[in-house]
Amino acid sequence: MFLTQRRLCSLGSRTKFLRTIYSSKILGFSTSAVGITYHRLTNYCTYSAMSPKKEMSLKFKNAKRIEGLDSNVWIEFTKLAADPSVVNLGQGLPDISPPSYVKEVLSKVALMDSLNQYTRGFGHPSLVKALSCLYEKLYQNQINPDKEILVTVGAYGSLFNAIQGLIDEGDEVIIMVPFYDCYEPMVRMAGATPVFIPLRSKPVDGKKWSSSDWTLDPKELESKFNSKTKAIILNTPHNPFGKVYTKEELQVIADLCIKYDTLCISDEVYEWLVYTGNKHLKIATFPGMWERTVTIGSAGKTFSVTGWKLGWTIGPNHLIKHLQTVQQNTVYTCATPLQEALAQAFWIDIKRMDDPECYFNSLPKELEVKRDRMVHLLESVGLKPIVPDGGYFIIANVSSLDADLSDMKNDEPYDYKFVKWMTKNKKLSAIPVSAFCNSETKPQFEKFVRFCFIKKDSTLDAAEEIIKAWNKPKS
Amino acid sequence: MAKRLPARRLDGVEYNPWVEFTKLVREYDVVNLGQGFPNFPPPDFAVEAFQQATSGDFMLNQYTMAFGYPPLTKILASFFGKLLGQELDPLKNVLVTVGAYGALFTAFQALVDEGDEVIIIEPFFDCYESMTLMAGGHPVFVSLKPSPTGDGDLDSSNNWQLDPTELASKFTSRTKALVLNTPNNPLGKVFSKAELELVASLCQQHDVLCFADEVYQLLVYDGVQHISIASLPGMWDRTLTISSAGKIFGATGWKVGWVLGPNHILRHLQTVHQNSVFHCPTQAQAAVAKSFEWEQLHMGQPGSYFAEFPKAMQRNRDHMIHSLQTVGLKPVVPHGGYFLIADISDFKSKMPDLPGAAEEPYDRRFVKWMIINKRATSEGLRPLHPLLFCEAFSTSWRMGLLCDTGCSQEEPLLGVGGLSSPLSQCLCSCLRGKRGLTSASPSPSLVWFLGFECLLSSPDLVGTTRAEFEAWSPSGVLSPAWALLGLRHHLTSPYLSLSLGVQLRA
Repeated sequence: MFLTQRRLCSLGSRTKFLRTIYSSKILGFSTSAVGITYHRLTNYCTYSAMSPKKEMSLKFKNAKRIEGLDSNVWIEFTKLAADPSVVNLGQGLPDISPPSYVKEVLSKVALMDSLNQYTRGFGHPSLVKALSCLYEKLYQNQINPDKEILVTVGAYGSLFNAIQGLIDEGDEVIIMVPFYDCYEPMVRMAGATPVFIPLRSKPVDGKKWSSSDWTLDPKELESKFNSKTKAIILNTPHNPFGKVYTKEELQVIADLCIKYDTLCISDEVYEWLVYTGNKHLKIATFPGMWERTVTIGSAGKTFSVTGWKLGWTIGPNHLIKHLQTVQQNTVYTCATPLQEALAQAFWIDIKRMDDPECYFNSLPKELEVKRDRMVHLLESVGLKPIVPDGGYFIIANVSSLDADLSDMKNDEPYDYKFVKWMTKNKKLSAIPVSAFCNSETKPQFEKFVRFCFIKKDSTLDAAEEIIKAWNKPKS
Repeated sequence: MAKRLPARRLDGVEYNPWVEFTKLVREYDVVNLGQGFPNFPPPDFAVEAFQQATSGDFMLNQYTMAFGYPPLTKILASFFGKLLGQELDPLKNVLVTVGAYGALFTAFQALVDEGDEVIIIEPFFDCYESMTLMAGGHPVFVSLKPSPTGDGDLDSSNNWQLDPTELASKFTSRTKALVLNTPNNPLGKVFSKAELELVASLCQQHDVLCFADEVYQLLVYDGVQHISIASLPGMWDRTLTISSAGKIFGATGWKVGWVLGPNHILRHLQTVHQNSVFHCPTQAQAAVAKSFEWEQLHMGQPGSYFAEFPKAMQRNRDHMIHSLQTVGLKPVVPHGGYFLIADISDFKSKMPDLPGAAEEPYDRRFVKWMIINKRATSEGLRPLHPLLFCEAFSTSWRMGLLCDTGCSQEEPLLGVGGLSSPLSQCLCSCLRGKRGLTSASPSPSLVWFLGFECLLSSPDLVGTTRAEFEAWSPSGVLSPAWALLGLRHHLTSPYLSLSLGVQLRA
């Protein structure tokens, strides 16, 4: 009723409004005189529209593509962890310094005036050249810097460009659970349907639980493919488990992609962070896969500079060009000085890839020590962590830790309540693993919590104190 | 792969003029007068701010808050709150984005649905149309049109106006938003209060959102005032105000922009943001925050950048207009921004057939021809002799390029493309003569461009060699106005718009 009234008012005023303009023009009124007339009419119309109860305009409603996508685990949990007295093992953010030569190149670049202006939209020339040089070694093939590489606003931006560029309304996209949380909303925002398949654990009697114990059932995986399947999103090393997919596992996925003519979006941000006994393999290097795969990397994770927000996608031009189209219609270009600094940092390490000093080699060594320390710590209080083969997270089932969650919201999964309680009461933060699950699988993972260990020793010391003291009775 | 690869949302948005022309620039190694960025540095305090941000606290190398680095959102809220007459909450009313371009994208994706109409005022920055299309919307165009000017009178950007009846007729029940760009790119028009009230009344009447692209808000001339439509009665609740550190501080490569708006609309942009880029780079944001802090301390005092920068640009604009006039060109005087457009119809009538695809607009063909052909010869082209003209002023140089069917006493030079030693002679003689080049021949057939973002610090350029010239001269290209203007209506004169960000340094 209200809307009808308002619309009538609009129409009525508009008619008057038009007539007024028309006659003003005939009389040769100046623009400003006509302007005044409009103003008076506006006041009239606005007043009438305002007199019934002012409702939020329907037009201010969000576009359908983002319906239901407004909540975000990071926004929620980083706010909680922002308190400086909280030991933050939540967000995947190093509190260690980036390597000194990386900081140095950025400082030097800040002095170069030529870098304060726009650069090439699809990637700063010196950066795409460096990426091409590096990845040619890994792909054992030439990579055209202009046509087969796109630099984006973090790997997050690469994921967005890939999904917006290649996924249509009505398509299906296979996602392995648990998954980095943005995959689902990005797929939904593209109007497509996510099809989930859980990683399942093998029984692990007696030995340490490892991320490699979590696997996909090949038959179950095949059952998820059909003619509507446009892509599968692969994340290796995996967040949050740290699983590094083996050759055999990747072959199963590759075979299915080829059989069902499906694309593969391979999120490999942790590609350098694999621990002893494991090797990171690129699915794009498997036969038949280059032409259907886009592979994503991250400066933030490679050089411990998450705040630079630079990522890249590598793939065949017939796929990359669509991501480039998205780029030219979204951000157009990424920050110039950061790209130049990244290029220079790459050149330093490209020259010494076999050297233990090369960050690609030294960082995983440094993190493996931290990983082992975390494993030991969690085991020492009776938790059974899943030992990651790669990445910078470790997860554990925390149900044996005492926590009085009676005050927490009932409708939230256990791990959400637990982490909120732990942050507030124990001053330790982490991320609930059910945030990485779709609604059906949340109950399976709601006792698990993810800890980030790319932290300086003093942070890990503080975490250790808190965890060790947890179950001790208060004296 | 047998399946159709690109998503349908990319249909019709695959072409981008900047991508095409900047690529040509790289291939042909020419001078870039097209894309809108200065080739002089940002102000010292901004450069220092960036240096501090990149060599200070190492934690600035990590993620910051998703919706904006807190010191930046805080200062944007306080600074712009005053301008908009609103109490702005840094967390609820401010969103930092990857450039104003990113802000625009986020707004379109958040609010424009399939089938929604978006009113776009021509001439428009090209991405408005493609972003509307990518969101499944329908762009509805309405043109600014110039009234005829008297003989001998200069055309001016405020002479270009919307027809109120025509504008009103564009609103339908499907209209979701109107994109307002003031100061306008490429025309340089600064919408007056009356004009904004016209737009505002229609937006309110039809319950339409307003996306106000105000990236050039700092650069207004002739005492003209920039007014944010969001500050008009009834508009705050329905307007998103977008701006850019790149344009304000002359640091386009930092890619820091922002949107200000009421939370009931902004929260939808936050949703898109957290599902697209999530965070913006921390250090660039820190540099922008520090830069605003510096200016806040110096506002209202001599040395205030926000007061000095537009004054300097206005001086350059004035000199450029004057020079263009002395060679018989017809610029449109902008009241804001850093571009100027000019009429090349005379040239077109003399050289109507340039190579290019049949449906390619004249100005685009002209630009490509200039780029490619300039390269091909070292003697200049017949019948066209590109000349370099320059004029020295007390504190600044301007530079323009123009073509002329006749030439003056100076030797023909390659205007776009390789610059030879005659350039230095030309520059020297200009310096000595302190005059502009005038053509002794019949009226020039070509017009164009010019941005006048040249803030020049030192006028002494005697004996400049090509190498020295090229050291400060960026490579680039002229941009076809067609692409920038997105002209849908037939104007009899094709226009070329260029931006000039060239600085001559000793």
